[in-house]
Amino acid sequence: MNSFWSTNIAKFGQIFEAIAVFFVVLGVIFFIAGKVKGRSQRPLAIVVLLGPALLLLLGGLVIPAVQTILFSFKDDTSSKFVGFKNYNWIIHDPNIHSVLINTILWILITPIVTTGLGLILAIFLDRMKRESIPKALIFMPMAISFVGASIIWQFVYNYADPKQPQTGLLSTIVRHLGFTPSNWILTSPLNNFLLMAIFVWVQTGFAMVILSAAIKAVPADIVEASALDGAAGFKLFRQITFPMVRSTFIVVLATQVVTSLKLFDIVRTMTGGNFGTNVISNEIYSQVFTKFNQGRGSALAIVLFILVTPILAYNIRNIRRERSYS
Amino acid sequence: MSTKSVAPVASHDAGRKLFSSKIAGSVVWIITLIWTIPTFGLFVSSFRDKQAIFDSGWWTAFTHPHFSLANYHSVLFGNTAASGLSNGVLPYFINSIVITIPAVVFPIAIATMAAYALAWVRFRGSDFIFYAIFALQIVPLQMALIPLLQLFTGGAHLGSITLIPKLGIAGKFAGIWLPHTMFALPLAIYLLHNFISSLPKDLMEAAHVDGASHFTVFRRIVLPLATPAIAAFSIFQFLWVWNDLLVALTFASGTEEVAPINVKLASLVGQWGSSWEVLCAGAFVTIALPLVVFFSLQRYFVRGLLAGSVK
Repeated sequence: MNSFWSTNIAKFGQIFEAIAVFFVVLGVIFFIAGKVKGRSQRPLAIVVLLGPALLLLLGGLVIPAVQTILFSFKDDTSSKFVGFKNYNWIIHDPNIHSVLINTILWILITPIVTTGLGLILAIFLDRMKRESIPKALIFMPMAISFVGASIIWQFVYNYADPKQPQTGLLSTIVRHLGFTPSNWILTSPLNNFLLMAIFVWVQTGFAMVILSAAIKAVPADIVEASALDGAAGFKLFRQITFPMVRSTFIVVLATQVVTSLKLFDIVRTMTGGNFGTNVISNEIYSQVFTKFNQGRGSALAIVLFILVTPILAYNIRNIRRERSYS
Repeated sequence: MSTKSVAPVASHDAGRKLFSSKIAGSVVWIITLIWTIPTFGLFVSSFRDKQAIFDSGWWTAFTHPHFSLANYHSVLFGNTAASGLSNGVLPYFINSIVITIPAVVFPIAIATMAAYALAWVRFRGSDFIFYAIFALQIVPLQMALIPLLQLFTGGAHLGSITLIPKLGIAGKFAGIWLPHTMFALPLAIYLLHNFISSLPKDLMEAAHVDGASHFTVFRRIVLPLATPAIAAFSIFQFLWVWNDLLVALTFASGTEEVAPINVKLASLVGQWGSSWEVLCAGAFVTIALPLVVFFSLQRYFVRGLLAGSVK
C-alpha cells in the first residue's frame, strides 16, 4: 500500500512539474520578447504567439495528412508505389460500398438530428422557469465516454430468447406494445439507426447548451419590439431569433459533422463494425491497426476528406460572410 | 428585420404564449426523462448481483429490492478472483487525472495565444491560416496516430539528416499529453478566436496608444476578458480527454503505469467477457469525476462558450 501511494504521489508531481516548466518557459519568452521595441516588435509577437500552435499543428496534423496522401498510393507496408490500386479496391469492393453508404447516412442524419433537437430544446428551455435541471440531465451523456455509453445502451438493446424474460428495455417496451422483439443489434439496416440513437443521445446536450447560450444572448429589446409588432411563436423564431443565432447554429452543425465523421467508438464497442454497421472511420482503424494495410487505410482516409470537403467549403464561406459583417 | 407587421392582438398573444410554454415545458421534461432512463438503468444495475442482472430487467429490482455495494468493492479495491485487477481501478483513475489536467492546460494556453495573434495582430495570410486551421479539424485522427507514434519512437529523418531526434516519450505521460494537445488545437483556436475577435476594438487600440506591447495586451486585457470562453472550452476539453479511447489506446501502453481508466474499462469488456456486474460499477466510477466537474462548473457554459460568435 505504501509503494502504491508513493508511486501515485510521484505521478501527481509530474502534473505540477510539467505545468510549471511550461509556464516558466512561456513567461521567460514573453518577458524577453516584451522588452523588444520598435519595428521588430510585431513580427516577434506573431512568431511567439502563433509559432507554438503552428509547429504542433504541422507535426501532429499537416505532415501526417500529407503522408496519408502518399501512403494511399503505396502498398500495405508503404514500401512501394502501386498507383491507384487502393482506390480501385474501394471502388470495386462491395463491403466498402456498404461502409460508404453507412457513413453518408451518419453524416446526413446525425448532425441534423442532434443540432435540430438541440435547437428545439434550447428554444423551449428559454421559455421555462426551471431550466437548469433538464439542461443538466440532457447534457449529462456528454460527460460519459462512448465506452461507458455502449455499456449503458447494452441494457437498452439487449435481446433474449422469446421464451426468456427480456432484460433489454427496448425489447420489453416492444413486447408490451404487442409486437415480437427482434435481435436489435443484429438486424440490418435497423441497427445503424440504433447506433445513431446513441450518438444523438450523447451529442444533443452539447448542441442544446451552446444554442441555448446563443439564444440567451439575443438582446431582449429586439425580441420585445418584434413581439409588439405581432410576431409570436414560430414567426418570431423564424424572423428574429433564428437569424440571430444562425452563425452559432452553423458552428454547432459543423462540429457535429466532424464528430460524426471521426466517430468510431460506438461502432467499435457495440458491433465492431459487423452486421452491416461498419463506417469509414472504423474501417480505417481496422485496415491500419488490425489488418496492417496502411495503403488501404490511407486511401479510405482520402475518401473521407473528399466526402467532407463540400461541407467544409460551405462552412468556411459562411464564416467569411459572418466575419465580413462584423 | 422584416417590416411586415400584423395588427397586435394582445390577449390572443398572451394566451398563445402561455399555451406554448406549457407544451414546451412538457416536451422538455419528456425528453429529459427519455435521456435519463438509460443511465439510471446502469446505475440500478451496478448495485445488483450477477445472476439478477442476467435473469431480469433492472426495472424489476424495485419490486424485489436486493442491492449491495459488492460490485463497487471489487472494482475499486481489486478482486483476487479476477485476474489483472489486483489493485482495482484506482491506479488507472489516477492516471486519467494525470493525463487530463496537462492535456487541458497546454492546448488552451497555446490556442489562446494563437487565437489572439490571428484576431488582433493581423498580418498578410492570417485569414488563410485561420481557415486552414479550421479545415484541419477534418483530418481523421486514425491517420495521424501512426506517423506521430513513429516520430516519438524514431524521430524524423530526411535521408541521413536527422530533422527531429527521437523524443523517447512513447509510453510516458508526455507522450499522451502531446498528441492530445495537437489534436485539440484546431477546434480550440477556432472557438477562442470567435470569442477574442469580438472583444471591443477600442480597448486594444487604447492600450497600444498607451505604449503597451502585444504581450501586455494579451496578458492584461485579453486573458481576463476571455476567461469565460477559456473556462467553457476547458470543461469540454476535459471531457474529451477523459473520455478518449483512441489516443490512449495508441500512445499509452495498457499498463498500470500510464493507462487511463477508460482503456482499462474497455479491456474489462474483453477480459471478463460477460462480467456485466463489475462493468456497471466500473462505468460509474469512470463517469463520476466528469459529472462532478460538469455540475460544479456548468454556470460557465451560459456565459462562456461561443458567446463571441453571437453577433
